[in-house]
Amino acid sequence: MSRGLFNYIDRHSPIHRLTGATKLLCLLLLTFSAMVTFDTRLLGVLTIISIVVMRISKIRFKDVKSVFWFSFVFMVFNNLMIFLFSPEQGTEIYGTRTEICHLFWIYNLTYEQLFYQLNVILKYFCTIPFVIIFVSTTNPSEFASSLNRIGISYKVAYSVALAMRYIPDIQREYRDISVSQQARGLEMSSRKQSLFKRLKNAASMLFPLIISSIDRIEVIANAMELRGFGKNKKRTWYTSRLFRSSDILCIVLSILMLGASFALQYVNGGRYFNPFV
Amino acid sequence: MIEFRNFGFKYDAQSEPTLHDINLTIGNGEKVLICGPSGCGKSTLAHCINGLIPASRHGTVTGELTVDGKSYKDLDIFKLSKTVGTVLQDSDAQFIGLTVGEDIAFALENDTMDVEEMRKKVRETAEIVGVTSHLNHAPHELSGGLKQRVSLAGVMVDNVSVLLFDEPLANLDPAAGKATIELIDSIQKETGCTVIIIEHRLEDVLHRHVDRIVLMNDGRIVSDTNTADLLCSDRLREVGIREPLYITALKYAGVRIRPEIHPEHIDLLDLPKEDIEKVRSWYNAVKIPRPEQEQPAVLDVVNLSMHYDDWRNNVLNDVSLCINRGEMLAIVGKNGAGKSTFAKVLCGFEKHQKGTVYMEGTDLDILSIKERAQHIGYVMQNPNQMIVKTMIREEVGLGLELQGKLSKEEIGRRVDKALKICGLYQFRSWPISALSYGQKKRVTIASILCMDPKIIILDEPTAGQDFRHYTEIMEFLEELNKQGITIILITHDMHLMIEYCTRAVVFSDTRMIGDESCEDVLSDDKLVKEASLKKTSLSTLASICSIEDESQFIKHFIIADRQVRK
Repeated sequence: MSRGLFNYIDRHSPIHRLTGATKLLCLLLLTFSAMVTFDTRLLGVLTIISIVVMRISKIRFKDVKSVFWFSFVFMVFNNLMIFLFSPEQGTEIYGTRTEICHLFWIYNLTYEQLFYQLNVILKYFCTIPFVIIFVSTTNPSEFASSLNRIGISYKVAYSVALAMRYIPDIQREYRDISVSQQARGLEMSSRKQSLFKRLKNAASMLFPLIISSIDRIEVIANAMELRGFGKNKKRTWYTSRLFRSSDILCIVLSILMLGASFALQYVNGGRYFNPFV
Repeated sequence: MIEFRNFGFKYDAQSEPTLHDINLTIGNGEKVLICGPSGCGKSTLAHCINGLIPASRHGTVTGELTVDGKSYKDLDIFKLSKTVGTVLQDSDAQFIGLTVGEDIAFALENDTMDVEEMRKKVRETAEIVGVTSHLNHAPHELSGGLKQRVSLAGVMVDNVSVLLFDEPLANLDPAAGKATIELIDSIQKETGCTVIIIEHRLEDVLHRHVDRIVLMNDGRIVSDTNTADLLCSDRLREVGIREPLYITALKYAGVRIRPEIHPEHIDLLDLPKEDIEKVRSWYNAVKIPRPEQEQPAVLDVVNLSMHYDDWRNNVLNDVSLCINRGEMLAIVGKNGAGKSTFAKVLCGFEKHQKGTVYMEGTDLDILSIKERAQHIGYVMQNPNQMIVKTMIREEVGLGLELQGKLSKEEIGRRVDKALKICGLYQFRSWPISALSYGQKKRVTIASILCMDPKIIILDEPTAGQDFRHYTEIMEFLEELNKQGITIILITHDMHLMIEYCTRAVVFSDTRMIGDESCEDVLSDDKLVKEASLKKTSLSTLASICSIEDESQFIKHFIIADRQVRK
């Protein structure tokens, strides 16, 4: 069976054993510290941490390669756009201009621009793995309970978790529907057809998928209501676990990273670390 | 105690009431079966008891309904859920938790129970239904019978006094269905709670004693009596519910069904000598028609094996099978034994790694999915998964249109022909959304049919259908079969298999373990056990009447039954 694009992978690892709330908190702290800074040293450290954590979590590259490639393509596109629309962004930020060569028209390659974009790439490299690790090591119910713990209503949290859980089911169903339609000659991949026609075919496969998903939603909603979901303002969680020392350690480390990120703002006198002065 | 007094209910979306004049009292500790054909209102009645009406379906109530002395007006779904625990039809769809333990705990979580206490309570409940060793498994990975146990535990954990089962047998293989009925029975004996079972598969429920059977039709209660009295009357046949097979056999033999012979269970049946003699002479009198000439093979499967890309284990193991032209063949076996995978491989939906499928001598592997579909059509279990257009004619003609080989007029002619065969011609310009489930099923069959395949494979064609719709669909398939189309049915329904199929192929644990006539399959104890099938009550009746060859007895019954139905 094909694995879902983006879902929980059940393995035994120290990261899996952390509570969902810890992981969510760490994710928020670490991505925030990566977001506020353009300090290459800190981004480098965060990238190394993300790779190490990925190793510890026993999530292999091949498990998540589709998400990875997706974000990679997005990253390349993003960088291309930055260069096309503001090729002199780096010089503006760092205040110097070291030209390497002339490319074409108004576009020149500068060390400052390259360095700036290196930082952008590093940001991708440290945040994407954190998100991947969080999603693949936190099972949907723990995810819901951790959302609930940081103050989001449990009904919202539970619907997010259920949606995540049904992704593999819906993918399987889509596959079934799609082969049975291919058998009738509805083609998806063939290059013989125009893009418009292919899109139309894909859209017509969505119709049965939506109908059966609505059925599914009704059944699950009834089942939940029959067992008292939504009765009280609060609920408890069977999967909730006590905070252990490893949880506290992770949170403290994440807070330190955020602290470092803010400290560097002060040291660098802004968001950017400037090696050109 | 649950009491309906002059109760009626009308859905807002409908012009006619669904329930009329319901007067029904279900006492504490009683075990009641509510039975009736599709659309008779039995599910609506269940929804009134568990509070889904009015929580998720709105409508107008007349009369009074009280649960434990409280009027429905003062109760809501949450209050009712403390008294009435509901096990829904499709156990797969109703699992909420990711693990068995979490799923059982769901109701407690909503009650904000403390985690320590909750774990203890979950363990206790798991023990009662016998799933303690599976607490950390995902419910979806369990076998059908275990799934039922988990969903039962999920409602029992709330200490309910009424257990309501909404079609508990749908989607279960025969052996799991039998085990479920036994489980319900033992849970009731242990806990003393009230049990209400909604089901149209009468004989399967009657495997264990029930106190009363409430028979419904057209929104009314037509009979409310004990099992023996109901079986002695003709009411079941009038409303279109299938009688137990042994009762039908006795009736064919001319035995009058009366309370003295204890017709309520085959094991209690006490036939006097003259009745046994009647059965024996009926058995001997059935004329066996000459076997039809064997037809040439249409499909030849040789040493087929397959596994999925990222799984090491085979899901099909060395399957060899020859299917003759014009056959009506049943594929039976446990859930997950490889039946559906086998069918998908035949259609080219899945790729096998070893072996070959020949169709009249040509290797099918060289054909694309689309080209194969012109030889083998596949009808999925749920018609909603197949229908992509909004109008009937467009849907049925889609395949031909996409082929682009035929002229518009020719396509029109072929579509009309398929619609006529499927009895849908008068609806040809209707939108599909206006059709019933059974009619939608016919639409999907029609859309396969107009591609003119040699073989049609149907996955559980009658799942969830009552006896009348079941008969309709099956007779229609039989008609197609007579016109020379080979039909392969994947099914859990033993009745369907013996009534309509000539041959059964048995799958168990990725292998094909049997390929025999239906009556031989059902009289082979080892095969029945291994593939989670169930012997029919005919086998027991044969031994009661000291007829040694039970396979022959079943065969004679089938022949007699076909003649009667004609």
